[in-house]
Amino acid sequence: MAGLNPPLADLAADLTGRPAAARRPGGLRAAQRRRLNLFRYVAFTIFGLFFLLPLLAMVRFSLEGAKPGSWSVAAWTQIASYPGPPPLLSSIEITLELAVITSVVMLVLVVPTMIWIRLRARWFSKVMEFICLLPLTIPAIVLVVGLAPIYNRIERVNVSALMLFFAYVILALPYTYRALAAGLNAVDATTLSEAARSLGARWGTVMLRIIVPNMWQAILNALLLTVALVLGEFTVAYLLTYVTLQVNLFEISRNAENAGVLFSASAATLLFAFILLLILSYAGRRLRRGRP
Amino acid sequence: MTTATATQAGAQPVRAGRRPPLAWIGTLPFLAYTGIFLLLPTGIVIWNAFKGTSGGWTLSNITALNTAPVRSAFKGSLELCVISSVIGAILGAILAYAVASGNPDGMIRRLYLAGSGVLAQFGGVTLAFAFLATIGPAGLLLHASWYSSFPWGIGLIYCYFQIPLMVLVFLPAIDGLKIQWREAAENLGGSTWHYWRYVGGPLLMPAFTGAALLLFANALSAFATIEAWENQINYVVPQSISGSLISEVGLANVHQGDALALGLIVVVVIVMTGYFLLQRRAARWQG
Repeated sequence: MAGLNPPLADLAADLTGRPAAARRPGGLRAAQRRRLNLFRYVAFTIFGLFFLLPLLAMVRFSLEGAKPGSWSVAAWTQIASYPGPPPLLSSIEITLELAVITSVVMLVLVVPTMIWIRLRARWFSKVMEFICLLPLTIPAIVLVVGLAPIYNRIERVNVSALMLFFAYVILALPYTYRALAAGLNAVDATTLSEAARSLGARWGTVMLRIIVPNMWQAILNALLLTVALVLGEFTVAYLLTYVTLQVNLFEISRNAENAGVLFSASAATLLFAFILLLILSYAGRRLRRGRP
Repeated sequence: MTTATATQAGAQPVRAGRRPPLAWIGTLPFLAYTGIFLLLPTGIVIWNAFKGTSGGWTLSNITALNTAPVRSAFKGSLELCVISSVIGAILGAILAYAVASGNPDGMIRRLYLAGSGVLAQFGGVTLAFAFLATIGPAGLLLHASWYSSFPWGIGLIYCYFQIPLMVLVFLPAIDGLKIQWREAAENLGGSTWHYWRYVGGPLLMPAFTGAALLLFANALSAFATIEAWENQINYVVPQSISGSLISEVGLANVHQGDALALGLIVVVVIVMTGYFLLQRRAARWQG
């Protein structure tokens, strides 16, 4: 559990009111704590404004009526009806489906492998880490050049944009690996599995019913980062000429500059991803607390 | 191999170092998948970069890169990546510290982590629209003339996804700072400045540089914002690659894109080598 309680957190009282100092008397001197809190307030305000203002501006643009300065929800209702080709709604549907498929494939591929390596093939963990972090350093733009011939083959079998999940799983690897590795490190996998094995559990049972329930938070984190990645991805989809939500928005902006629907659809995507992440981060906390 | 020798040297009982005979089979699905969709594409790029249009081996794809537009695209990419990764890394580290020094279960940390997870991935057209609405010609905040200027305007706008990415990758390093180090510094009479100058700073430096290099690589493939605002001028390499991949006009050289991508790989390999050297150093200290 050490990973979940960063030592530095004890350095300061939190803005939300739970004084960390109470848990650790004699941490920081009062003057230093005041200075640190001042720094945190200033930092959160400035960065908060930097991140929020463009979003608010985008939302305001999306609510602009026909006359400058007026208000209207036309752009938001347009999300459902904006004509294509292909219609905006269909590309939203494809992107959401892609998010689900990518998440599922990623979990099925990575979680058992990581647990397996932790329990049975430790010597392999460095190779796994190297491969998983590789997509952070091979830019997507390079990957897509090499993927083009492979996707030519795939298109002979299936031309659906859903096939993008093959590439998206790779792009999501670094983020999911980091999240899952943190979760797995917080679990004493070896002891748990030895206990289960000595009671007669098979390897499948050990993974699904012993280890996985102990790392729900990490799995949720991995899922969220994957979903956010799929919702925001542009480079790969665009260059492989598939029309996902981001590509469709790009095409619309080419044909109709400043169309209100651009702003409403973008804002909606961001809000959706953000709320999803926030909800699941709370859900994860409840799961963690509920554990004996 | 190093693992095996290390365990022998540590005189551990057989368990840790022993390789169960069939254990490697469990890694096959993962290896097959990453082999086909990660290693193979990279291999194809390198392979094709040296392929001639008629099939034989050639260096002409590479030498064809030595033109003014390509040189300026590489220069533009480097400028943009350096600007956005340096500014993004510094500001992101400050924000990460502010987040890390709070309650680990607190609302603020949750908000900023969730926000970072989302914004780090939204370097695409969404970013272009958001800043168009904020500081574009009809922007609500101000009407900046520099908003689409290259490389500074775009570089600053890239910080919008670089800072969140920095928070994501740098936060674990800050979380790893031990409170005992701070206490030790104070017991020895050190001030906050002394702590950061002689203890915290040097300890975080490798992780900081490593994260900054990741931001650098991350900015290399982001081009949606530029593409959305400007389709006349070729500022960065991804635009050239995009042109050679989906150009409607048949290109004379089908492997031009591969050669450009190989150029980026070379840039990245240099960056990556630095990253791994730094990682080794960080591991030695924080172990």
